[in-house]
Amino acid sequence: MDTELKVPTMAEYMAQGKLPEVLFWVGCAGSFDDRAKKITKAFVRILNNANVDFAVLGTEESCTGDPAKRSGNEFLFQMQAVSNIEVLNAYDIKKIVTACPHCFNTLKNEYPSLGGHYEVVHHTQFLKSLLDDGRLSIEGGKFKGKRITFHDPCYLGRANNVYEAPRDLIRKLDAELLEMKSCKSRGLCCGAGGAQMFKEPEKGNKDVNVERTEQALEIKPQIIAAGCPFCNTMMTDGVKAKDKESEVDVMDIAELIANAQDL
Amino acid sequence: MTYLPNILFFLILASGIGMFALNIRKLKRNIGLGQDVDTSGHQSERMKNMVLIAFGQSKMVRRPIAGILHIIVYVGFVIINIEVLEIIIDGLFGTHRIFAKIGSIYGILIASFEILAVLVLVAVLIFWSRRNLLKLNRFWKKEMTGWPKNDANYILYFEIVLMSLFLLMNATDTSFQAMNTGNVISQFIAPWFENMSESSIHFIERSAWWLHIIGILIFLNYLYFSKHLHILLAFPNTYYGSVNPKGQLDNIDAVTKEVQMMLDPNVDPFAVPENDDEVPAKFGASDVQDLNWLQLLNAYTCTECGRCTDECPANKTGKKLSPRKVMMDTRDRIEEVGKNMDQNKGEFKSDNKQLLDDYITREEIWACTSCNACVEACPVSINPLSIILDMRRYLVMEQSAAPTDLNNMMTNIENNGAPWPYNQMDRLNWKND
Repeated sequence: MDTELKVPTMAEYMAQGKLPEVLFWVGCAGSFDDRAKKITKAFVRILNNANVDFAVLGTEESCTGDPAKRSGNEFLFQMQAVSNIEVLNAYDIKKIVTACPHCFNTLKNEYPSLGGHYEVVHHTQFLKSLLDDGRLSIEGGKFKGKRITFHDPCYLGRANNVYEAPRDLIRKLDAELLEMKSCKSRGLCCGAGGAQMFKEPEKGNKDVNVERTEQALEIKPQIIAAGCPFCNTMMTDGVKAKDKESEVDVMDIAELIANAQDL
Repeated sequence: MTYLPNILFFLILASGIGMFALNIRKLKRNIGLGQDVDTSGHQSERMKNMVLIAFGQSKMVRRPIAGILHIIVYVGFVIINIEVLEIIIDGLFGTHRIFAKIGSIYGILIASFEILAVLVLVAVLIFWSRRNLLKLNRFWKKEMTGWPKNDANYILYFEIVLMSLFLLMNATDTSFQAMNTGNVISQFIAPWFENMSESSIHFIERSAWWLHIIGILIFLNYLYFSKHLHILLAFPNTYYGSVNPKGQLDNIDAVTKEVQMMLDPNVDPFAVPENDDEVPAKFGASDVQDLNWLQLLNAYTCTECGRCTDECPANKTGKKLSPRKVMMDTRDRIEEVGKNMDQNKGEFKSDNKQLLDDYITREEIWACTSCNACVEACPVSINPLSIILDMRRYLVMEQSAAPTDLNNMMTNIENNGAPWPYNQMDRLNWKND
């Protein structure tokens, strides 16, 4: 834990005339939200440990525009997109990894027609590829036999059909992977998408995150694994609302792996 | 005088098909009120989608009970229509069971029709019970009162009547029963009429025959007014449905142009636009004419099964939003606009109403999490989310009427490149936390 994180920026790489293997797009939550920052750091520790040649944009990174677009502000979205694309293209970025499914979806699907063409992967996909290439080894140890369920982020799962990478990683931990009654393509939203994260919910009889947490608690997991900083917040709040925080942890896949590796 | 039935048949058939053609023309006009949308390319993928999703019913079986029952009714409907062809030929030329000439295959055909007819009857009765006795939640939501509720039951009654008439027609056809081939079901119904005179039996047979074909023509013309239109529109709808990842929302081209102008230092903001007569684009949708034709086709295709609403996280947790209602409202409004045009010689006269607010409320629109559960759930590739998004676009870009919290979020993105009020220069601080 004490080893200092190595987080080079693109500007530094540029100064040395080098290009990294991959750009780590941190995202707003990963940069500013206290809970999500832990996910960011866990992911960086894994990258450092696996000697992955990566860089971040640092202060040159800006919101992808996802919440603006989903709120209906296409203008603001495209302003953000075009200025991000300018930065990314100036650095000649080819491949991007991000721990936020919203950034992932926007960069991958909505930037191309505005001039931003990159290979974009979610961090669970990237970790899976490191594993497949033998650059990362995962020891079950700590999580052996633990009851873990994966909450599919809408923007990773339904939106982009990525269901297996995060599950493959959980299986590697020798954990018992449990499925909620709504999972994969029928996974229930955590309630944060479509810019709901930034507003109060409309009147109803329950909050979406509580509904989803109840589905998770039904199968009595020890850990609810997430792959999205917003889902993470929503599920953590849901677990608190059900007074289960002493029994159930909400952790990102990157945190599970970093923990398993004692990073 | 011997030609009287033939002439009568021809007139009934011609008027039935003629009225249907008029309905289709109106349908095409109404869908054509929508904006253009690019559906070019990907032909083979689109064809595959249509074959799998519409013909193959691949998404229906996600819910196995309803899915399998639906396949029975669907296959029954398609196959029994071969019989309709025979009825039409017989009716026009005064023949009787013209296809019987083809020999033993005829018996096999009719036997399969009879078995299917019984299966359809059973399936329809189960459907009716699920709706009216078991009262499955999705059939009893707020939007399912009045016409939508009755419509669903009328369709089931129609099918019960048509299938019963088909079996009755076979059972009372003494020459067909005498052939004793293919009457696998009707032979058990025939004894009911044993004690009747030959002329009475013949009268019942003729009545069933006429009512069967008239019933089919009425049903054909009922489609336009009913959710049952999906039996036709599911095919184009699945063909033209999106072939992109569900998470990908369209980028508005008109906005791209404006953004490029703003960021391009070489653009002269005072230059005369190339097309001076170009109508300034309206961003988003407040009424059905602002939607694209595919969204309108979606609305006419919706059969109100409610799978979308059943999966919607907002609806599950008691919010007003129901994706099915969004589609039903859109169709109701197009119909209203269409009728308005009919009354005003093809011109739409403003009625001071629109889809937004008069049909779909802001509370519904803002409750969406854009999770795509509704899109995934739809068995015929309808996309309610795209309509919700277009209405948000109108509210935000034309009316600046987003909820305050969202306005704050957007102001933050504009000023500091993040949805929260943090300084962009602090973006890498996490490294040292």
